[in-house]
Amino acid sequence: MRVCLWGTRGSIASAGPETVRYGGNTACVEVEARDGTIVILDAGTGIRRVGNTFHDPRRLDILLTHLHMDHIQGLGFFAPLFMPGFEVHVWGPPSTTQDLRLRLTRYLSPPLFPVRLRDVDARLELHDVPRGTFHVGGLEVCAEMIIHPGQTIGYRLCDGESTVAYLCDHEPALGSGGLPGDPEWTSGYDLAADADMLIHDAQYTDAEYATRVGWGHSRVADAVALAKMSRARRLVTFHHDPGHDDDQLDEMVADARRLAPPGLEVIAGREGATFRL
Amino acid sequence: MPQRDIGLILMRQLASELAVPLLLADEHGDLLYFNEPAELMLGKRFDEVGDLPLEERRRALAFRDQAGQPLPEDQPPLIVALREQRPVHRHVWLRGFDGADRAIEVTAFPLLGGGGHLIGGVAMFWHAPEDHS
Repeated sequence: MRVCLWGTRGSIASAGPETVRYGGNTACVEVEARDGTIVILDAGTGIRRVGNTFHDPRRLDILLTHLHMDHIQGLGFFAPLFMPGFEVHVWGPPSTTQDLRLRLTRYLSPPLFPVRLRDVDARLELHDVPRGTFHVGGLEVCAEMIIHPGQTIGYRLCDGESTVAYLCDHEPALGSGGLPGDPEWTSGYDLAADADMLIHDAQYTDAEYATRVGWGHSRVADAVALAKMSRARRLVTFHHDPGHDDDQLDEMVADARRLAPPGLEVIAGREGATFRL
Repeated sequence: MPQRDIGLILMRQLASELAVPLLLADEHGDLLYFNEPAELMLGKRFDEVGDLPLEERRRALAFRDQAGQPLPEDQPPLIVALREQRPVHRHVWLRGFDGADRAIEVTAFPLLGGGGHLIGGVAMFWHAPEDHS
């Protein structure tokens, strides 16, 4: 399995000299299974660059965790949508009131965006993510709701050899009465359990989190606690705060490494980083 | 034990923070949690009781109507709320885990998850005047 980080920033794109090492694009991760199936996790501004890597018509699946702007803002700039012959499937959280197309077109339609979804050149299909497990090509996808304001999904992808869990916007401490708690009552535990790689929200320092409880994001210590509890082998910190520069992120990942148990590798999510699991 | 649905996790956390007596059950009616204020109504601490399958809960907690007649197994408010997926409010007598009878009012409602599926239910309790007439 190949995992490539195309956008690791949270909330809002934050390009600038102070973020050049870890990157300023918002959430987007490309996963390629061993059979060549490609899934793109989230459509933040990072999806523009991954879109430029596809030239020959094929099927591509985009799994959205939720519909906050930093996770869909790049969708209209995903080149394969405008290339005939491509088949793009977009999966998003289910709703009992409005289908995914209606919710996405709140943004992807005039006056906020010049092109309507119905006018794209690719064959576009929108799906509500089903409960539990489903398959996309050679990937088994497990989708579960996780704690974040609004309907938000965490994903676990497995290609038969390797497993990556993606919980990019997640505040497990809010539901567990403190981490580590009982796995049965901890948001995200099943998704992260024994994963080869856990990509997890680590937006805040302890001091920042104290004033932002309930905003839907984690402090570094809670990301490490969940990774430890779930026996993940590698933690990639993600959804970096737009106000954190590269040096601050160096300090935060150093803190995370100090907290991590032996056997848990901690890596700061860096735009452009590619992992082979 | 697999992780519980996120709606149940958040409901349990909310219940633990409230002064309103609350009991949480899964979609089958198995008891998952009751908070500290509910312990006074149910006659035992949750830590002593723990998770309780519906059948065991039926044996441990007995409901009677206002006239003192036992409620059929399928008529306690939370069971009705789960089965019919609607809110239910009722005055009942409850014999708690400690064997004491208490007059209570119960409001029970189903919890539907994000996709609209039943994930469990909640019962809220209040002390009620013993004479409802």
